[in-house]
Amino acid sequence: MSASVLPAVDGRRRAKDKLARGVLLGLTVLALVPLVLIIYYLLAKGLGAWSKTFFTSDPTGRFLGDPGGIRSAIFGTIEMVALASVIAIPFGIGVALYLVEYGKKTRFANVVRYFVDVMTGVPSVVFGLFVYIVLVVSQIGGTFAAWKGAVALALLMLPVVTRSAEVVLTLVPDSLREGALALGAPRWRVITRIVLPTALPGLITGSLLAIARAAGETAPLLFSVAFVFGLQFDLSQRMNSLPLQIFNDVGQAQDRLVERAWGAALTLVLLVLLLTLLARLVQRRSRLA
Amino acid sequence: MTPDRSTTDERRPPMSDTTRPTGRPAASPAPRGRAPETPAAATGRTVALRGLNAYYGSNHAVRGVDLLYAANQVTAMIGPSGCGKSTLVRCINRMHEELPGARAEGGVHLDDIDLYGPQVDVVAVRRAIGMVFQKPNPFPTMSIFDNVAAGVRLSGTRGVDIKERVETSLRGAGLWEEVKDRLGERGGGLSGGQQQRLCIARTIAVEPEVILMDEPCSALDPIATLKIEELIDDLKQRYTIVIVTHNMQQAARVADTTAFMLTGEMVEHGPTEKIFSTPNDTRTEEYITGKFG
Repeated sequence: MSASVLPAVDGRRRAKDKLARGVLLGLTVLALVPLVLIIYYLLAKGLGAWSKTFFTSDPTGRFLGDPGGIRSAIFGTIEMVALASVIAIPFGIGVALYLVEYGKKTRFANVVRYFVDVMTGVPSVVFGLFVYIVLVVSQIGGTFAAWKGAVALALLMLPVVTRSAEVVLTLVPDSLREGALALGAPRWRVITRIVLPTALPGLITGSLLAIARAAGETAPLLFSVAFVFGLQFDLSQRMNSLPLQIFNDVGQAQDRLVERAWGAALTLVLLVLLLTLLARLVQRRSRLA
Repeated sequence: MTPDRSTTDERRPPMSDTTRPTGRPAASPAPRGRAPETPAAATGRTVALRGLNAYYGSNHAVRGVDLLYAANQVTAMIGPSGCGKSTLVRCINRMHEELPGARAEGGVHLDDIDLYGPQVDVVAVRRAIGMVFQKPNPFPTMSIFDNVAAGVRLSGTRGVDIKERVETSLRGAGLWEEVKDRLGERGGGLSGGQQQRLCIARTIAVEPEVILMDEPCSALDPIATLKIEELIDDLKQRYTIVIVTHNMQQAARVADTTAFMLTGEMVEHGPTEKIFSTPNDTRTEEYITGKFG
């Protein structure tokens, strides 16, 4: 009699459940395969290239003898990404502030949102071409220059920063804005003293992820900076960078250069990983859900 | 209970006096002074609503309300959910217009100042009329001390001894003894009731004339509620208080006068005892006896 109240588990249902779980697990593992392989190859091939001189010498460009290291590439990437961040982060957060605090649901704000979304999907090579046409071909301040590469990277970062900042600013509860406004605070003070500090960890996280993305981009730099070997701190000159170094080395018919490309790739991945980890740490301190 | 009579007496003139928005009705001898009918120690001001209408887009939430909040009195706003009592209160410090699509028409007067006048700075209105919200909203990035100081700092007021102001405000909100040893800790670590008293301290730190409370106890337990109610009784020595409440017992406990609203209209306003014993309007009676809600 109790069997009719609590019937035994249907064998077919249990079998289907097992099958579905198995398929999902299999697909997840399959998705991990390329990821693990990438890390494996990076370590296997890149670690061999690493040495003290690898990080302390510039590429020499010689066909015979010592090919040199990647010092100029590391510094170049840091310089250009830093300049790009200085341009893109205040701009992006500014746009997001406008959208969240002032534009809200107006038609103009929605149009801006739409274009920001479109910009997020624009292939990075297009930003490179754009800068090539506008800044390089027009010969503003010479031809190829590091600052032009930074502009291309900044354009790439802008929608990423804006989007992430908008999400974080929207998360700041309206009750806090109301509380501050009801105290007789002018709107700009509400933004600078309440909204921005509350959203700060999220803003930092979004910006770091945008930086990480920009650091690994090759295409925007190809047409705007051009490749050189030497260490360069003058942003109006051509400059080396990790992605371009890799791009250049990997196509060479010399094993030593290809090995250097792997070493540089491993360096780049570690840089990005560091930024991502930092972003996660900051995110954990966030007071927003 | 003498001020109650003056309240009801003064309710009439504003209705006929809609053409001249400035200046209080004839009852006031001094044009710019404080409310004359209040005791000498009192420093609050009167708030008069004249033909106040408020809208959310096309939704007409407050419909032509006339009402006088007497100085140094606690006025409770009661009525079923959605009757417009919160909206009405948010019109008094012009917070209503912060919501997208929201607007208000008509007159709100602080003594003889038209708060919706073209010369009036919204920011100044909100400094003069403080507000405590339904859910405690201390600023999460700030310490207890900074939360109370926030009002002074955010409004850019200069020449204030902030330390002293924070202490007097926390004492005024009955919170000083509980937090004086941990002023540097975050406000979010306090209990709900403490947080709400922190928000009250933050509000009185700006030294407003009027305090609006939008269901200040609805997120609190009975003991915390009792503390806030005792505090309200204290605060009316210095401020004019308007409190929105769902809880009719609370209105009966704290309010000198009570106003009953229904579907955006003011049904009845009078001494609290009268509203809860012998209301003039049958709708009021039905509401307070629980026939609808």
